[in-house]
Amino acid sequence: MIAFLIRRLASAIPTLLVIITVAFFMMRVAPGGPFDEDRALAPDIEANILRAYNLDKPLVEQYFDYVGNLLRGDFGPSYKIRDFDVNDLILAGFPASLQLGGTAILLAVILGISFGTLAALRQNQASDYAIMTVAMIGIAVPNFVMAPLLTLVFGVYLSLLPVAGWGGGALENKLLPVIALALPQVAYIARLTRGSMVEVLSANYVRTARAKGLREQVVVLRHALKGALLPVVSYLGPATAGLVTGSVVIETIFDIPGIGRYFVQGALNRDYTLVMGVMIFYAVLIIALNLLVDMIYGFLDPKVRHG
Amino acid sequence: MLLKNFRRAALGFGLAVALTGGAQAEKVLRVGNMGEPESLDPHFVQGVWENRIVGNMFLGLTTEDASATPIPGAAESWTISDDGKTYTFKLRDHSWSDGTPVTAGDFVYSLRRILLPETAAEYASLLFPIENAQQVNSGEVPADKLSVRAVDDKTLEVKLVGPTPFFLEQLTHYTAFPVPRHLIEKHGQAWTKPENIAVNGPYTLKNWVPNDQITLIRNDKFYDAANVKIDTVVYYPQEDRTAVQKRFRAGEIDWAADFASDQFEWLKSNLSDETRVAPYLGIYYYPMNLRKPPFDDKRVRQALSMAIDREIITDKVLKTGELPAYSFVPPGAGGYGNPSMVSWMDEPYSARLEKAKALLAEAGYGPGNPLKFTLSYNTSENHKRIAIAIASMWKQHLGVETELFNSEVKVHYRALNSADFSIARAGWIADYNDAQNFLYLLETRTGPNNYSGFSNSEFDKLMVEAGTTGDMDMRSSLMAKAEAIAMEEQPVIPIYYYVSKNLVSDRLTGWEPNAKDVHRVRYMDLK
Repeated sequence: MIAFLIRRLASAIPTLLVIITVAFFMMRVAPGGPFDEDRALAPDIEANILRAYNLDKPLVEQYFDYVGNLLRGDFGPSYKIRDFDVNDLILAGFPASLQLGGTAILLAVILGISFGTLAALRQNQASDYAIMTVAMIGIAVPNFVMAPLLTLVFGVYLSLLPVAGWGGGALENKLLPVIALALPQVAYIARLTRGSMVEVLSANYVRTARAKGLREQVVVLRHALKGALLPVVSYLGPATAGLVTGSVVIETIFDIPGIGRYFVQGALNRDYTLVMGVMIFYAVLIIALNLLVDMIYGFLDPKVRHG
Repeated sequence: MLLKNFRRAALGFGLAVALTGGAQAEKVLRVGNMGEPESLDPHFVQGVWENRIVGNMFLGLTTEDASATPIPGAAESWTISDDGKTYTFKLRDHSWSDGTPVTAGDFVYSLRRILLPETAAEYASLLFPIENAQQVNSGEVPADKLSVRAVDDKTLEVKLVGPTPFFLEQLTHYTAFPVPRHLIEKHGQAWTKPENIAVNGPYTLKNWVPNDQITLIRNDKFYDAANVKIDTVVYYPQEDRTAVQKRFRAGEIDWAADFASDQFEWLKSNLSDETRVAPYLGIYYYPMNLRKPPFDDKRVRQALSMAIDREIITDKVLKTGELPAYSFVPPGAGGYGNPSMVSWMDEPYSARLEKAKALLAEAGYGPGNPLKFTLSYNTSENHKRIAIAIASMWKQHLGVETELFNSEVKVHYRALNSADFSIARAGWIADYNDAQNFLYLLETRTGPNNYSGFSNSEFDKLMVEAGTTGDMDMRSSLMAKAEAIAMEEQPVIPIYYYVSKNLVSDRLTGWEPNAKDVHRVRYMDLK
C-alpha cells in the first residue's frame, strides 16, 4: 500500500508539470491580453504596466520565473484584482466552495445511493419508473434553470430564504445553492447505483449469499451494495473535485464567494496568474481525489490489490 | 411546542426592536454593485462600480453634489489665474480618518504617484492637462518636475498645459483623489487593507471579502460627518442582472446599479417608481476603419450611416428609453451648447435611403458589385441584436452584404486598438462632463482610441484652438465646428445615446438621477 502511494505520488509530479506547461502557453496563445480595454492605453503607460508585471520579458523567461515562484508556493499577483494575490483569492474562496460542494456531494451520495438501491430492488415496478423518471428530469434540467426557479419560488414569492448572498456562510444562505448543486448529482448517482445494482443482484456471489439463507437486508447492504458501489465511487472522484472547486453557474446566480467564478472571470479577463492558480489547484485536487478513489476501490473490491 | 418557540422568538424580537428603537437603529444601505473591484486604491481604479465605492471613501479637491455638479471638496476655495492656466487651491481644515491632517503635500504626493512610470496606473493619462504630467509618466523628466506645488500646508498650486475649463470637473474624478502618503510608505501595496487604510471621505473600509461583499462604515473624522445619515454601506459584487433584480424584489438590496434591458417592460409595469432611467453621458457608435477601402470613401460612410433607422434600434430593439444619436457628443454635455447633428437628420427616412443609394452608386457599388464587409462586435445580447438589425437594414435597402463577427471583449478591443477591423461596435462613457471628452476621440493625436484612424487637419486645428482659448463661448463654438466636420466626414456612425438604469428602493431618499450616473451616499438617507 505504501509503495503504491509513493509510486502514485511520484507519477503525479510529471502530470502536474505537463498541465502547468500546457496551460501556461495556451493562455498566452489566446488573443488579447489582461490590459486590453475599450480605452486603449497610451504606449508609455502600456510599457509601464507590462514592465511592472514582468510581461515584457521573453515568454520562456516568464515561464521559468513562474515555475520558480510556484516551487516557493507563490502563485503570483492577480493582474486584475490588484489588492489580492492569487494565493489570497484561492484561500478566501475555497472554504465557501468546499462547504457548498462538500455538502452537496454528501447529500447526493446519501440520496442518490438510497434511491438507486430502492429502484433496483423494485426493478420494473412503479416506484422504479417513478424514481428513474425524476432522475432523468434531474439530469436533463440544467443548473441555470433550476437555480433561478428555486430563488424565484423560495426567495421572491414565499420569502422563506435569501435569494442570494453568502451571509458569512449562514445555513439559510446555503440551502438553495446546495440543493441546486446536489440535484443533478442525486439523479446521476441514483441512475448509476440502480444500473450496477441490478447487475450485481444477479451475480453469483449474491446468489450464493441468498442460498446461504442470509436475510435480504444483509444480502443487499453487506454484499450487493459493496459491489454495486464501484462505478459510483469512480464517478465520485472527479465529481467531488468538480463540486468542491466551485460551480461557476451556482456561484454567479447565488453570489457566492467561491473559486468557481475565478475560472471564467480569470479567463475572460486574461488574468493569466489567476487562471493558472485555480487550474493548478484543481489539478492537484483531482489527482488527490482519484488517488483516494483508487484506495477505496481496494477496500471495496478484493480483486483490486495494491501491491 | 413549535408555536411556543415561535412566540418566544417573536417576543424576543419585539423586545429587541423596542430596545433599539429608543436609540437610532443602524442604517444600512445595501448596494447591488454589478462588479468586483480590481482595487480600492484610487490610482488603480478604472470602473464605475469601483468609483461607487472609492468615491465614498476619498474626497478630491472638488467633489460632486447629489446632481453630480462639481462643488468644493477637500479644497474649500480656489483662484484661477487670468490666463486660465494656474489654479491655487485653499485646502479645507480636515484630516485622514486616523487623525493625521490632510495637507497640500498629500496632493502633491498623490498626483506624482499616479503619474510615476513605476506605479503603472492605467488611467494616468487623464491627468495630462497638468504641466509636465505626460513627461513624468513617460519617464522623460523626474516626478518633482510635475507642476504641482505645496505653497504651504493648506495651499496647493497646479499649473496646466493650457486653459482647461473642465479641470475643476476633472478633479472630481478618482484619478485626482488624495491617498495617504504616511500609510503607503509604511504598508506599501497593503495600505488598502481594512486594518491599514485611512480615508478623507465620508466612509471608511470595514472589510472586503473577495466576491462576497465590501462593507464601508461612517468616518467620524469626515469634515461633514454631522450631515452623513447612513451608517453602513454594503456592496455586493453580483453581476448577474436577473439575479440582482430578484434580490431587489425580495428586499435584500436597496439600490441596484443596473438592470437587464429585457426586463424593462416588466419593471415599468410592476416597479415603476423604483425603476430609474435617465440620460447618461455616453455614445454607442460604429467606428469604420478609414485606413483601408471601402471606408476611405466618404460617400460609403455617409450612405451606411443614412441607411440606419435609429428609431427602430432605440424603440424596437433596446426599448429602455435610449435616444437615437445623430451627433457624436450627447446632448447636455458640459462646456457645450447643442451638439452638431448630421445635416440629413430631419429628412424622412425614405429620402435618406434614396440619397444613400445614390451615394453608394457614385462610389461604384450597386447590384452588380455589392458592398461587402465584416461588422465586429463583442459578446453581448444587445450588441448582437443591434448588429443584426443594422445589417438587415443595409441588406434590405442598400444591398450591402455584411458578415457579422462576434468575439469576446478582450479580443474585440485588441482588434480595435490595432486597427484590425472593418466596421465595429464601440461605446464611450464620459470621464468628465465636457464635450471635449468625446471629440478628442476623433483627433489624430489621440492614437489608438481614435479607432477609425480619422485624421482631418481642419478638425485637429479647431480642437487645438479650442484647447488653448480662454474664452468659453469661443471654445464651445470651435468644438461645434469641429463636430460639424466630423458629422459631415462621418468616420464613426453614432447610433444611440446611453441611458443609466437603476433600481432604487422607495425607502432610499436623496438619490438623484443625473447625467454622470454618480450618486454619493453622503447625500442619501433610508426611511
